[in-house]
Amino acid sequence: MIAQALVSGLGLGSMYGLLALGFYITYSVSGTVNFAQGSSMMLGAVFAYTFAVTFGWPMVPAAALALALCALYGVVVELVAVRPFARRGSSAWLMATVALGILADNTVLFTFGKEPRGFVMPWANASVPIGGLNVSLLQILIPLIGLALAAGLHFFSTGTRWGKAMLAVVQNRDAARLMGINVPGAIAAAYAASTLFAGAAGILIAPLFNVHSDMGTLFGLKAFAVAILGGISSAWGVMLAGLIFGVTESMITALLGSAYTQILSFTLVIVALAILPNGLFGRAEVKKV
Amino acid sequence: MIRVFVLLSLLAAAPAWAQTIKIGLVTALSGQSARAGEAITRGLVVAIDEINAKGGVRVGNQSHKLELIRRDDESTPAKGVIAARELYFKEKVAVLIGGLDSPVALAIVPIANENKLPFMDPWAAGTPITKNGAKDNYVFRVSAVDELVDKAMLQYAQKTHNARKPGMILVNNPWGESNEKGLTAALAEKKMKAAGIEKFEGNDVDVVPQLSRLKSAGTDVLFLVGNVGPSSQVVKSLDRMGWMPPIVSHWGPAGGRFTELAGPSAKNVHFVQTYSFFGNPSPVGQKVLKALMAKYPDIKGAGDVTPAVGVANAYDAMMLSALAIQNAGSTEGRKVRDGYYKIGKYEGLIKNYDKPFTPQNHDALNENDYVWAQFIDNQILPVGTKK
Repeated sequence: MIAQALVSGLGLGSMYGLLALGFYITYSVSGTVNFAQGSSMMLGAVFAYTFAVTFGWPMVPAAALALALCALYGVVVELVAVRPFARRGSSAWLMATVALGILADNTVLFTFGKEPRGFVMPWANASVPIGGLNVSLLQILIPLIGLALAAGLHFFSTGTRWGKAMLAVVQNRDAARLMGINVPGAIAAAYAASTLFAGAAGILIAPLFNVHSDMGTLFGLKAFAVAILGGISSAWGVMLAGLIFGVTESMITALLGSAYTQILSFTLVIVALAILPNGLFGRAEVKKV
Repeated sequence: MIRVFVLLSLLAAAPAWAQTIKIGLVTALSGQSARAGEAITRGLVVAIDEINAKGGVRVGNQSHKLELIRRDDESTPAKGVIAARELYFKEKVAVLIGGLDSPVALAIVPIANENKLPFMDPWAAGTPITKNGAKDNYVFRVSAVDELVDKAMLQYAQKTHNARKPGMILVNNPWGESNEKGLTAALAEKKMKAAGIEKFEGNDVDVVPQLSRLKSAGTDVLFLVGNVGPSSQVVKSLDRMGWMPPIVSHWGPAGGRFTELAGPSAKNVHFVQTYSFFGNPSPVGQKVLKALMAKYPDIKGAGDVTPAVGVANAYDAMMLSALAIQNAGSTEGRKVRDGYYKIGKYEGLIKNYDKPFTPQNHDALNENDYVWAQFIDNQILPVGTKK
């Protein structure tokens, strides 16, 4: 029972982590986040379903185009719901991103349809026996992809010129601009990467879940809790916090029963943040005065 | 000249309606239960067309045409309440039909009773909907009732699967709670106890932890209560675990594309229904199926009427409501309510009714009216009809 819960928790936790990585990217570059990250996840699943099932395309081009459209949506989020407000030093981007997410959810409701649809990928649901447990291929694949993306992000931001340039933007925009860094471009790219990650999460979870317009709402909420828990300034921290949150949820359900899952998991988040205000793996921001 | 003649002939042929009586419908027309909401609509439309074609409802010496006005509650109690108020205060409906989801129906019950508005429930099975404790009760139902379904579920699990230690996996909402009470009481009556009782959220992706607890507790048959989406998550989680105990379910899976959502194991779920168009339908059954095929091009045969319970319950609910208005000789709420009590024998689609409602009983159907069904491909068939 515990081993089964561990496998479930790792799969779910990776999804939370993948979505939370999106929060990390935009926060690291611009100090802002897309609060409707759950809608970006939903768009990934809906686009992939439309291309692969409705149009009958092979999965690889369908997923590739879905991810490209998600990235484009991220640029739109930044241009429409973040930039105009952040430029004026206003925090209204908080509500603007939520509003844009609701707009996306409702547009999908009217265009994609009102009924949830099943995204069947036989290979994804095929089970592999591991240590007496049946583990589906997706449950193995999702944590692997999540950890690979976290590692890739970490090395991109610390080991490449482009990554360092993006991190420089959040520290001092004017100095970054004077050094020749395209600041608006860097922020737009961060938003594109953020929604691309969310889209990837949506495509990965679709076969385990159902595709519908509000499939990402609760995920987005939990992913934000995970991002804060992990310390939003660390890619590894965010991904690990996702895994910890997912496993904790599953373990509470398996050991104590489902009645305690939400109460205890969110209580633990609050306790963790009370003890470690910068999250499990975050560091306090250093400001030179 | 010929055109004028044709026009005059048509006008002469049309019944002279004294007035239109509005029938309100509040149900889920979007979201996971949209298909069930559409089935209820179709049942009502076919019944109303039939009534109007026969000259409408006679109130006093005048014929009144029936008109259906629909509102989408999106399976949300707050939206259901707003829609119910609008239909009563603005549209002045004579009878309100609705309640696909028990939480929505339960939210509408006080409005109906306070305003003396007859409220007919063609789907939601929550026991307290009709047994709501109100001194002046205006809520009627042509549908399954949780406490009776729960007894039937246990009976079926024992008879078909020799259940000794059934476990419950229930959606975490008032409907799930209603069935937890009903199933626990049904088990207690037979001196049995559940192996375990687990809840899951409507948007849970993975129900494996809850199911693992039930498996560890030695569950031999699963009692499932949830709408189509959540029920499909239970089936997919069981698939991932490689554990497939017999599943005896309330009728949630019937509300949508269960096979598409749950995959090939959908057929393992046996669920309760109040009607099936398969087998040898009665003359009323044949008439309704013919009307459905004529009205809706996507219905080519009995298997396309999905979910059949929505159509059948709504059809009978509308026919019985029209009789109640006719008995009342008025559209005044109290008189229509008493009109339901005056209904005697009526040959309906689901069964032949004989005094279906009394002041003590507002439920027209009982456990003897239930049938067991399963999804085979995309069709709901009585269990064992096809492998």
